[in-house]
This record gives sequence, C-alpha cells and structure tokens, in this order.
Amino acid sequence: MTGRIAAILVALACMTIGAGAAPAATFAADSFTLPNGLQVAVIPNHRAPIVSQMVWYKVGGADEPRGVSGIAHFLEHLMFRGTKNVAPGEFSRIVADNGGHENAFTTHDETAFYQDVAADRLETVMRLEADRMANLDIKDETLLPERQVIIEERHMRVDNNPMGLFRQALDAALYLNHPYRIPVIGWPQEMSVLTSAEARDFYRTWYAPNNAVLVISGDVDPTRVKALAEKYFGPIPGHPVPKRARASEPPRVASETLTMKSPRVTEPSWLRAYLAPSYTSGAREQAYALQVLAEVLGGGDTSRLYKELVVDKKLALNAAAYYDPTSLDLASFGLYATVAKGVAVEDMQAAMVRLVGETLRDGVAPAEVARAEKRMQAESLYAQDSLDGLGESVGAALAAGRTVKDVQEWPERIGAVTVDQVNAALRAVVRDDKSVTGILLPEPTS
Amino acid sequence: MRIAPALAVIGLVALFGAPAHAFEIKQVTSPGGITAWLVEDHTLPIVSMQLGFIGGSANDPPDKPGLANFTFDLLDEGAGALDATAFKGRLEDLAASYDLSVDNDLLNVSLRTLSANFGPALDLVHSSLTEPTFSDQAVARVRGQLVASLERAAHEPHSIANRLWWNQEMPGHPYGVPGRGTPGSVARITSDDLRGFVRGRLAKDVLLIGVVGDITAQELAPLLDKTFGALPAHAAPSAVIEAAPRVTPELLLATLPIPQSVVVFGQPGIKRADPDWYAAYLVMHVLGGGGLTSRLSLEVREKRGLAYNVYAGLEPLLHGGVIQGGVATENARVGESIDLIRAEWRRMRDQGPNAAELAAAKTYLTGSFPLGLDSTLRVAELLVIMQRDHLGLDYLSRRNALINGVSVADARRVARKLLDPDALIFTVVGAPENLKGARAVEPTGG
Repeated sequence: MTGRIAAILVALACMTIGAGAAPAATFAADSFTLPNGLQVAVIPNHRAPIVSQMVWYKVGGADEPRGVSGIAHFLEHLMFRGTKNVAPGEFSRIVADNGGHENAFTTHDETAFYQDVAADRLETVMRLEADRMANLDIKDETLLPERQVIIEERHMRVDNNPMGLFRQALDAALYLNHPYRIPVIGWPQEMSVLTSAEARDFYRTWYAPNNAVLVISGDVDPTRVKALAEKYFGPIPGHPVPKRARASEPPRVASETLTMKSPRVTEPSWLRAYLAPSYTSGAREQAYALQVLAEVLGGGDTSRLYKELVVDKKLALNAAAYYDPTSLDLASFGLYATVAKGVAVEDMQAAMVRLVGETLRDGVAPAEVARAEKRMQAESLYAQDSLDGLGESVGAALAAGRTVKDVQEWPERIGAVTVDQVNAALRAVVRDDKSVTGILLPEPTS
Repeated sequence: MRIAPALAVIGLVALFGAPAHAFEIKQVTSPGGITAWLVEDHTLPIVSMQLGFIGGSANDPPDKPGLANFTFDLLDEGAGALDATAFKGRLEDLAASYDLSVDNDLLNVSLRTLSANFGPALDLVHSSLTEPTFSDQAVARVRGQLVASLERAAHEPHSIANRLWWNQEMPGHPYGVPGRGTPGSVARITSDDLRGFVRGRLAKDVLLIGVVGDITAQELAPLLDKTFGALPAHAAPSAVIEAAPRVTPELLLATLPIPQSVVVFGQPGIKRADPDWYAAYLVMHVLGGGGLTSRLSLEVREKRGLAYNVYAGLEPLLHGGVIQGGVATENARVGESIDLIRAEWRRMRDQGPNAAELAAAKTYLTGSFPLGLDSTLRVAELLVIMQRDHLGLDYLSRRNALINGVSVADARRVARKLLDPDALIFTVVGAPENLKGARAVEPTGG
C-alpha cells in the first residue's frame, strides 16, 4: 500500500534484519545520454539469459490539452497499430514469434513500453522500439476499432466497478485545479470522440528521443547495449518539446465529504485523503518520512490502524494507509477502512479520527519506526529477485528527472528517517480541515 | 547456519542453455525420509520455499464447502505461543513473506525470507502447520472478513459469471461448487472442523516441497525433518470422484445493470497427463493464447474493437480437465463477440492451425518459458508443479523437444478431437441487447 511498492531499491551496504545479518547486496547500473538526448540506463543481471527493454516517455495523462482526456493512453494503444515500416499488429507478432512478452502502461506522468525476451533477441526489440519512436502511422481504419478497445477497457476497469467510479470522483475532489483530477483513462464523453489528428498531434509534440528514457536490464553487456542503442535510437533526430506547464493547486481551505451509494456495494468503505509532497514536489524532504509513516500507521496486519480498528475494536474488516511519493506533482496520503458488519460508518470514523488524533498528539514510537524501516529495507532486496523490479524503479526515477543514485540510495535514506521526521511529516500532512473524505455505501434494492 | 553432515542427493540435472546460465535441480532427501527439490542460487541472500499438499477445496465436505480455504486463511493468525499479532510481528521481524492459498486440488504455502533467517522462519511454518491456535477471536475476525469478501464477489460480474460457468460445466461434482464456499457454508464451519482439517489433510504423504535460493542441500536436509517431521504420515483418504464435464451447450444470462457484459465460456478439456497434452496446448495457444496475436484476439479485439481482452486455454484439474475462456463486451454487441468465438472455435475444430501458426506457437511457448522463471519464488512454484504432475527431474531439458515434436497433422487431429463448438457453455452477466436464446438465471443463484 505504501510507496515502497513503486519506489524500490538497492545498494544495501550491510543491513541487519531480525535474527540474522544480510550480506551486502549491491546493484550496479551504467547510465549515459546519446547526442540526440535519449537517456539510457543499463542494469546487468546475469541470473538468467533474459533481458527486459523499457522505453519511458516523459508525458502522461496530466499533460493532455483540456477536453481531450484519455489521448495519452489512447496513443499508447496506437503505438501497437503500425508504423511506416511495420504493419499493424506486426510488432506484437514479431515479439511473440521471438518468445517475448510485451506490454505498456500510461500514468498521469509517463507512458512506458516494455518487452521481456531472451537475451540474444535484444537487437530485434530495440529495432522495433526505435522505429515506433519516430515512424508511427496513425490511420482511421485502425484507430476506430482501437477507440472501441479503450472504451471497453474503461468499462472493465471503471464503469463496471463502483469503487472504480468512486475513486475518480474522489480524485476530482482532492485536486481542485491540477490535472490529476482527470482520470488517465479519460472521461467517457471525451474518449468517444478522440480523433486521429489529436493522437498524431500528441505524438509529434511529445515523442522524441530527448523526452525519453531507455532502460535495459538483464543478461547484457553495457558496451554492447550502448553500441545497439547508438545504432537504432542514435539516428532519430531530437526536437524541442514543450515545458510541462501544468495548472497548479491553490491552497486548500476546506474539507469535503463525498458519498456514493450503489446496489452492487456490500459493505461500506471509508477513505480519507490529504494532499502530500512527492519526491519532486512540495516539501520534498518529507517524502521518505511519509513512506515510513504509512508503514507504521497502516502497512499490514501489525500496523496501528489494523491492530486498533480490526483486531481490538472490531469496527473494521480491513484498515490501511497509502502513500506513493513518485508522482511528479503533489501526491496524496490516504487512510482507508472497510466497515465491519453491524457497525455504523460514523462509529468507525470516530475511532479512526481518535486514533489518528492520539498519534498526532503523542507521536509514533521509536520501536515502530525501527521495525518499519527494517521491513521496508528487506523489501528492497526482494525487488532484485525479479527481472523487471529494478528496471521499473530506475525508469520511473529517470522519467521524473531523478537519478539512478536516488534509487540506489533508497534503503539508506529510509533507514536514516528519524522519529522526529515522521512526526513532523504527520503533523504537516494529516490535516483533517484540509482533507477529502469518501464514503461508499450499499444501497438496498427494493 | 550450521553445516549438516552430507546426505542423500539423488538426481542432478542441468538445464537451460549455456553452462553459465544452467541451473540444476537436486532431489534432497532428509535423514527422516522427507524429499524436497532444490535449486541453489546464491546470487542474493534470500531463500524461497513452496509447499503443495495434494488435495484442495474439492475435498471439502459436501455440507461445508470453503473449509480448506477458511482453514488456510487462519494458519497465520496465531500458532503455538504466539497470538495473531505476535505471529505476524515475528514474520515481519524476520523480513519473511508467508502466503497461504487453496486451489481445487492443491493447498499452497509459500515462504520467502533472508537466507540468514530461513531456520527461524521455518520454526514459524512448523508451528503454523502443526499447532495453529484457531482462537475464538481470530476465527470470528477472519470469518467476518471472508463472508464480506464472498458477499462482495457475489456482486462482482466476473465472479458471478465464473461461478455460474463451473456450476454448469461440472454438475454434481465438487469442481462445480465455489471453492471458497458461501456465506452460509462458512458460517457453519466450527473450530472442530478446522482442527480436523489440519490433522486430516496436512500430512507427509501428500506434501511436495520446492526450495530455491541461497541454501545448500546439506543445510536444507535437517531443516526438512525439523519442520515437517511431526506431520502425520498419511492424509485422510480422498473421496473426490472423477468429474464428468457437461457436453451439451448452454447460454445463461444473469442480468445486472452494468454497461459491459462479462462472459465466461468453455467446454470439456483434458488432463495434464493426456498423451495429446502438448498438441492441445499448441492448438489452444493459436486459438486463444495470451497477448494480441491469437485468432480470438485478432477477430474480437484487433479487427472489431469488441473487447479489451479475450482468451481461452486449457485448465487441467486432477480429476478432469476443462477449456475455459473469457471476454467482456459492451451490452449492445456482446452477441457479436459470442458468435465470433463460436465461429473461430468451429474453424479451428474443422481445419486446425496452419503450419505458420503452429511454428509461431512453438517459438513462443519455448522462448517465453524462461521469462516466467525470473524469481526464486516462481522457480519454487514450478518445482512443486513438476512433482505434482510427475514430470521428472529432467523435464526442463525435455520440454522444448516435447513441444517441437508436435506435427501439423497431430495438431489438426487433436483440434478435431478436442474442440466442440456445439458443447460450448457461455455464462453472461450484464444487460445485453439482442442476445438470442439465453436462459435467464438470478445473479445470486446457481
């Protein structure tokens, strides 16, 4: 639930966990920039003869023009529908014929594409990925069925799911002015009229080597990767890319509560969200302390919220806290609970508010902080136990203008967070007079 | 960790590509006669262990479906001298993840921890499998969480469609009953039932063990006796009969006011040990395998934009196999998706895959296999599956030949024998328009 899911890893000098000490585990990465501006990171990992290629574009849903919501994600889909050199569907067919996995995703801040393949197939997927960086060919006959696909994707993820709909309403309430209030998938009435001209314009504006990051991780030699990157991505000319000038948030002066009822909801859910700093926005120095705070308050079954509200008071079925520091602009810190059967939402909320109030008054305890930090540091070691874990963390950091070192030093920085810093971050961010509360309720069917 | 005396190490098999990347599976037998499969990997200071107890939710008493699942939800909720919070706190202090889950035919336990903490973590596993507390408080709390989760699933379209489908496909067999039970059946389960389950099912003669990571055979062997030696020698006899999947078609509709209809479909399949397994696996990959390149995906998604995702594949169960697939399409056009699936099913039955499709499926299924083995836990899971399916220690060195040995004639013969468009059962949840010939059922029924 906390930011450690997104922000991971490594270079553990020598950490001690529980009963035993873990030997040092380091991860090395090479990074360089091609003359056309493409940033490249290489993370060698020789456990298996496989490689992962990721290309991250520094553009996402929050960079869309007003009124064309969903165009960033739509363009992500259209990147699979053919270029001047590769026919529609051909990209996926070549990857599959080479035994590869592929996919892509779009967030408010970035659009990323990846392939996992046998290490000796890297050149093939690099040639394909470089080709679609410059040569995308958007045609109406492929665009129209793909627009239906994203509408079906929205139905599946959001419209068929009351909590999906409610979360969109909550984001729109939490962010008064910043485009994080608009869903990445898009508002339905705008998605259904997206055009090829809008997709082409977005592509030409933002997709350029100087606005992208290439991350190669796996069983590779950095020198060879550099030669391949120069051969395939090197010839693509850069071009000026606009500054990401997003509308900013005004000071929040009021709290707000949203309520939604649905016959497809079976037990009430309660959420409260607060605007919070991220690694790159607001009081950045609090981003590490807030991750520790989320772990202490609501990171699992031994956390304060779970012990008090679920185990002891039996007012909730589940309770957790969440915080993701990786957003480019202001993040959110949140508390969440599902209400136990026969308990009034107001009673659960009152207990939650009392518990948070006590924590604000008395602060968190040194032992809680030490335990949370150890656990989070161990998670960073486990993130190395996969092909993609490191590449995703490094790619996300570079795409947000952060560095490989930021990722490498994450465990140290988490370990350096003090009790006072956690309490200061708590008091700065958890302000009920500036919060948005959501209550999702069952609606009895007659 | 102390080094134990040398012990029986029976098989050694080299795997996968160049020697630098080969990994070997060792069969380790403890002094007490407990066998585990082990892959040593000292890259990171971590160990993963997967356990499989043969006999899953299909073994639940007919009047108490959900017993296995409920028991497994409680195995980390207090054991030995530790209550639920203390047990979980101890796991956290050891930086260990401990996951328990239940399939139709298998009870799954997975542990990942730092290698320095593996011994102490196994003490917790031992305690959890042999002396779980089942305190009234934990039982009541977990029962509440489980019932809420079942009630939520009873309103979730895909869960409804899936439950209705299994009920139609496997009439009168435990496979046709929800493995997690119902709110009513979970309410009937007593502490005595839970204790009886642990005594009767968690036994040495049904236990399969896979271990991967920073540990040697000599270190592992004595730990096997310490952890599992006290389990009962024999599990209670299994009363699960062979399944007789239904061979007549059906189209069921459960009406729910949502914008997109969710569909589950399928027909009888084959078991893993079937001599035609590899041909069937290839045929189903061409028809409905993952990614965007299958025939179903091309017709339903790529050409017409009818769905974000459409798939179909083999699901081999211990007592009878099925083929199952899924799709979700806007209400106005779901009938079109169903017609296309039937037509593609018929075309594949009549003509089989062509040579190019079969060749592409072979390169994909051989090439992509190592991509799924990038973490210690995933390899440990594979070791258990290989033991369950009696594939042999040398299976990974034979797998490519088994796949590549399937001829176009084999694939055509198996497609004709296996696929039956006139036996397809479809269950639809939503508010479809123009869906002809559907039999209406209650979303909560069946």
